[in-house]
Amino acid sequence: MRINVRFFAGLRERVGISDQQLSLPEGATVAQAWSLVVDKEAIPNNVLAAKNMEYVELSCPLADGDEVAFFPPVTGGSV
Amino acid sequence: MSIVILKQAFDPWAYLGDYQARRPGEAGQYGATAVFVGSMRGLNEGDRVSGMFLEHYPGMTESYLEKISREAHDRWGLIDSLIVHRVGELCPGDPIVLVAVWSSHRKDAFEASRWLMEALKSKAPFWKKEQLAEGSRWVEKNTPGWSG
Repeated sequence: MRINVRFFAGLRERVGISDQQLSLPEGATVAQAWSLVVDKEAIPNNVLAAKNMEYVELSCPLADGDEVAFFPPVTGGSV
Repeated sequence: MSIVILKQAFDPWAYLGDYQARRPGEAGQYGATAVFVGSMRGLNEGDRVSGMFLEHYPGMTESYLEKISREAHDRWGLIDSLIVHRVGELCPGDPIVLVAVWSSHRKDAFEASRWLMEALKSKAPFWKKEQLAEGSRWVEKNTPGWSG
């Protein structure tokens, strides 16, 4: 199945990837998408994940055409 | 219920006046309007901040703000709500966020606006990159805003 993986903010700069198309076996999870793209580093504890623009756990299974996003803690609003 | 993401600077007070004027049908229904405006500070963690870039996740940011607005409407029976949030380049003093809610009585308006602002801060996908004299840094820490 084909998955689109995206990174945002400081994580995008660290990983050096904005978005990437991936080919994954059926039933692969969000965590496996990370491992395939970022092979050097385990997922930091504070990284958040979304599937098709909704928050999910790292164990969430993926389906063909899904968009997965990884990003650092959010800091909206005002200080 | 309205959600607006703005790339350019805005005046929250003018925005609010225009917004209310465009909804004359609601006047006479609500007895309470609670408003929160958050602005950029020129100082953070002891460092002078000369500017800031606010990034978001187009699509997810809007849908998350819609989700929490719907939840606030259900929970407090709001008459209307408005969230306006800046993205892009900001300078100290620039308004970042406007949250306004309209309800029959003040209790619901106060509680819902507070709750919306905290829900926005804790989970809406926005990220700040601060510009300092010696370079830039991503802010990865949120300030606590809810103590009771």
